[in-house]
Amino acid sequence: MRRFTWFNATSIALGFAFLYIPILLLVIYSFNESRLVTVWGGWSTKWYASMLQNEQLLTAAWVTLRVAFVSSTLAVILGTLAAVVLVRAGRFPGRTLFSGLIFAPLVMPEVITGLSLLLLFVAVGFARGFWTVVIAHATFSMCFAAVVVQARLYDFDKSVEEAAMDLGATPVRTFMQVTLPIIAPSVISAWLLAFTLSLDDLVIASFTTGPGATTLPMRIYSQVRLGVTPEINAISTVMIGFVTIGVLIASYATKRSSLRRERDLRAAEAGGK
Amino acid sequence: MRRWLLISVPYLWLFFFFLVPFFIVFKISLSDTEIAIPPYTPLLDLSEGWAGIKDFFSQLDFENYRIIFSDALYVNAYGSSLRIAFISTLITLAVGFPIAYGMARAPKAWQPMLLMLVILPFWTSFLIRVYAWIGILKQEGLLNHFLMNLGLISAPLHILHTDTAVYIGIVYSYLPFMILPLYASLEKINPALLEAAADLGSPPWKSFWQITFPLSMPGVLAGSFLVFIPAVGEFVIPDLLGGSDTLMIGKTLWTEFFSNRDWPVSSAVAVVLLLVLVVPIVLFQRNQEQQREREAGR
Repeated sequence: MRRFTWFNATSIALGFAFLYIPILLLVIYSFNESRLVTVWGGWSTKWYASMLQNEQLLTAAWVTLRVAFVSSTLAVILGTLAAVVLVRAGRFPGRTLFSGLIFAPLVMPEVITGLSLLLLFVAVGFARGFWTVVIAHATFSMCFAAVVVQARLYDFDKSVEEAAMDLGATPVRTFMQVTLPIIAPSVISAWLLAFTLSLDDLVIASFTTGPGATTLPMRIYSQVRLGVTPEINAISTVMIGFVTIGVLIASYATKRSSLRRERDLRAAEAGGK
Repeated sequence: MRRWLLISVPYLWLFFFFLVPFFIVFKISLSDTEIAIPPYTPLLDLSEGWAGIKDFFSQLDFENYRIIFSDALYVNAYGSSLRIAFISTLITLAVGFPIAYGMARAPKAWQPMLLMLVILPFWTSFLIRVYAWIGILKQEGLLNHFLMNLGLISAPLHILHTDTAVYIGIVYSYLPFMILPLYASLEKINPALLEAAADLGSPPWKSFWQITFPLSMPGVLAGSFLVFIPAVGEFVIPDLLGGSDTLMIGKTLWTEFFSNRDWPVSSAVAVVLLLVLVVPIVLFQRNQEQQREREAGR
């Protein structure tokens, strides 16, 4: 009895309108000829041109992409290891603390994480800059990555791994050749999630950054504080576009690989009979 | 042996970069402010041996905490952060529930698409989504234009730089965090239960309150924690959308650190904020673990 009523349809429609109208308006007004953000002066792409001439913005964008790339790669490696530990390592001393450490950064206010990491870097005398931001981002993103990969590891047929081990594969080989290919879609989406989290972060980067490592959100933030300009709308639109395309590709890839897996499974079952 | 290697890599990383920093924050919160780089008196100096340790303990004082608890500014900032976060959580729940409910009852074929549409804004930059509201809410902004053109209001509403704008910002930014767990628990409810209730003569609203809502409780709790905990320490939203009289502790900490350069006091602010949040964080983790066990048990 799954009745989809008018009330349901209306609440979905209103909900999505609420979620998307602000983003849509932002995108539309990035093509505004007028400097006044709220007065429509005709279509124009001049703010994109001016964005491309803004050295500071471009430098910051390049720093941000590099930070995001390195930190998300680190985060996925650490996060996958953490997920394997949580799901497969059984009980070990300090397990509760470990799962708490994975869990806490997910909800920890960014001001606390940022401040505490900065004080650590100062205390150990680590020069602040590119690498401190990378470490900071890898630390909180690895927890998100761990949660994503962990979910996949839970509904995973363990007997495949056991079969590989019975046939003499070492644990490392089993992981690389059996486990990893199966959890690959979740590892990829964990990487994408870590990448966008890093791309997006303002607060933690502001605390942990140093000379020469100003990220794009920090630039945008300092410009936003001075007022709304169409140029920020333009750069925001570019970022939204990138993320949307990335997410669409990732979901398409995940869907295809899960369809293929289902087909293979059915074929294997049919062949076994 | 290899198992320990596997465990130790992520463990040590989180230990050094997440747990140890908290102890440093705590220690610095007990030190005095100094005009130096770094701007606080030195910490424990182990190279001096026993004398260093004795020195350290004799210098410990709770001066910064006394400042926080005697200054109405800080106390009010904690209080109003908790209030704003709590009210926003309730509004987000009220807004998110009908959406999640609609999604769970939508035709199965639509559901992946609907889910995708909820997740997409979550992937889009937080800063950009908050920024988008400035153009909408400001005095000569799009909302006022729209309402005045419709003739609903004659003078522009003053929304930006008020607490109302902060509520809108939090509800908007955290809505996906509420919808996703709600949807996950609503979607699992067995429709046969509602059919049985209807067959026994229960009106739909009664079935909703006696069956659907109680069964969605894990989602309600998870979503509420996911909104409430980060919202208490929120900085970007009160800073960009709130007014100068919007007090939120994340903003206070930021100002204390970046404008006043008072590291010991900002550390003390962080420690107290953490203590305030420990209870909801632990409750949330317990809720999540119970969920997982219940699912594993099935």
